[in-house]
Amino acid sequence: MDYSQFSNRGNKATKTGFGEGLLEAGKKYPEVVAIGADITASVGVDLFASAFPGRFISLGIAEQNCMGVSAGLALMGKIPVFATYGVFSALRTTDQVRISLCYNNLHVIIGGAHSGVSVGPDGATHQALEDIAVMRVMPNMTVLSPCDATQARLAVIAAIEQCKGPVYVRYGREAMPDFTSPEMGFEAGKAQIFREGSDAAIIATGHMTWEALQAAIELEKEGIHARVLNIHTIKPLDEPAVINAARECGAIVTAEEHQVAGGLGSAISEVISKNYPVPIEFVGMHDSFGESGPPLELMKKFGLNAEAIVQKTRKVFLRKPG
Amino acid sequence: MVLPLTNGVSALGELAKAIRQSVVRSLARAGSGHLGGSMSSADILTTLYFSVMRHDPANPSWTGRDRFILSIGHIAPVLYATLAEAGYFPKDELLSLRKMGSRLQGHPGRDHGLPGLELSAGSLGQGLSVATGMAIAAKMDRLDSRIYCLCGDGELQEGSVWEAAMAAAHHQLNNLVAVIDRNGVQIDGSTETVMGLEPLKKKWEAFGWDTLECDGHDFRSLMSSFQKTNVEQTRPSVIIAKTKMGKGIKSIEGDYRWHGKAPSMEQAEAFILEIAR
Ligand SMILES: [Mg+2]
Repeated sequence: MDYSQFSNRGNKATKTGFGEGLLEAGKKYPEVVAIGADITASVGVDLFASAFPGRFISLGIAEQNCMGVSAGLALMGKIPVFATYGVFSALRTTDQVRISLCYNNLHVIIGGAHSGVSVGPDGATHQALEDIAVMRVMPNMTVLSPCDATQARLAVIAAIEQCKGPVYVRYGREAMPDFTSPEMGFEAGKAQIFREGSDAAIIATGHMTWEALQAAIELEKEGIHARVLNIHTIKPLDEPAVINAARECGAIVTAEEHQVAGGLGSAISEVISKNYPVPIEFVGMHDSFGESGPPLELMKKFGLNAEAIVQKTRKVFLRKPG
Repeated sequence: MVLPLTNGVSALGELAKAIRQSVVRSLARAGSGHLGGSMSSADILTTLYFSVMRHDPANPSWTGRDRFILSIGHIAPVLYATLAEAGYFPKDELLSLRKMGSRLQGHPGRDHGLPGLELSAGSLGQGLSVATGMAIAAKMDRLDSRIYCLCGDGELQEGSVWEAAMAAAHHQLNNLVAVIDRNGVQIDGSTETVMGLEPLKKKWEAFGWDTLECDGHDFRSLMSSFQKTNVEQTRPSVIIAKTKMGKGIKSIEGDYRWHGKAPSMEQAEAFILEIAR
């Protein structure tokens, strides 16, 4: 399929896509229930809550309990969806996630909202930048990180229909380009080639995939033909697609709105170093917190945009062995 | 077939003796594990599995069963001994406790496939949340199953327990019964020295629970407490069962040093004889 003509249909938050997907899942599956930890509308669960008040369980600002209750609901045959800010759903509840969910291997969908510095003015406390790292080391856990609102909607359905055990779905707050089409579908565990190229591969996730596509257009002008790989499933990682990218492009740039350590950068490095070592550069957070500011300016400040990807791609291209 | 229940105090006493002996045997063979809390909870589990709960050892996943959630995973030996006594698996298997490849993990692990085990647990403060979720689901599905959750007293120092307590009362889960093994001790010493819990009854009442107290080693007291649970129909119930760590073995009763200790083979022989008396 030729995806080279991606265009932005208009900005839309992945949070909105998540909420629409949850509503759709609720209509399709009566066993889907949602849990609220006070910030229901802010994480996109309000659509479901008003459509299915009898299947929405308000538990207040008590995330550890929300996670344990989700485990109990799953043990009784429900498919619970518990969404809150990623800083809470992945970090405050980590022990509950590890034991009550992962060790029991229960099919619970965890929503991680407010990911990345693009959360904006709320600042560092509410910008999830460590959630992928924590969730992907948990045995039995699947980690999804859709690239736009359309894909976020599909990700919720895929989490319910295609995945087993606990699933973490990461999404953002800010309205960002909505550019994929529903017809592209969502196959959990499969990377998507959004642009062909063989001079370097940009492997991106979440909001950074759009930035990667813009970077590839810029690089094209310089004669660097970059492949763009969208990783909507960070775990299990599509290893063959990553290895192919290394073999066919000879250089890799990873791009994520997350700490490089433990995040997509680490995940790709693990596969490449074992199977097909090539030069690699990382676009992401480098061991620092975010801060308050307008989302796009923060992304620029922390080197999380197309410009930063262009620079890292030029650099990795030059590092390719003669 | 649903396990026939009994109100006979002497029958329950015999079952509890057998369960305690199994615990001692399995811990001695394992060479490690938690004896103290296993003994203090033995009469509670005996009452639940043989006098209170509706369950079917031949069909552990029967939808209509009552559920037992062990929040304090470290007293797994007494849960295993009770399940074996009820017929979920052969009693011989108890001797595999804590061994490589065993279905009887040091702390309960469902991934090893032990029949009758409802939850993998061991990190304190999580079980009551899980039980709360199960009770909510049972209500949604109009299932008349009841959910029982055993917590330790030291465990109540975990804040997440009180998050669950708040939620269960808010959602009026009259199908949920928590039991506190109030043995008064934890690893570092007496609960009131390490981090005071009193006034415990008032705390649960303030959280909106129907709160009962009983002698956790007196079957009449235990049975009558379970009979009184949920009569109000809008509140969850908690039974604070006053117990003794190491109950049944005089030389270790109340001794916090036996929280996480297993008897030697020689000690075990003496303990088993003492329990039989
Ligand atoms: Mg205790």
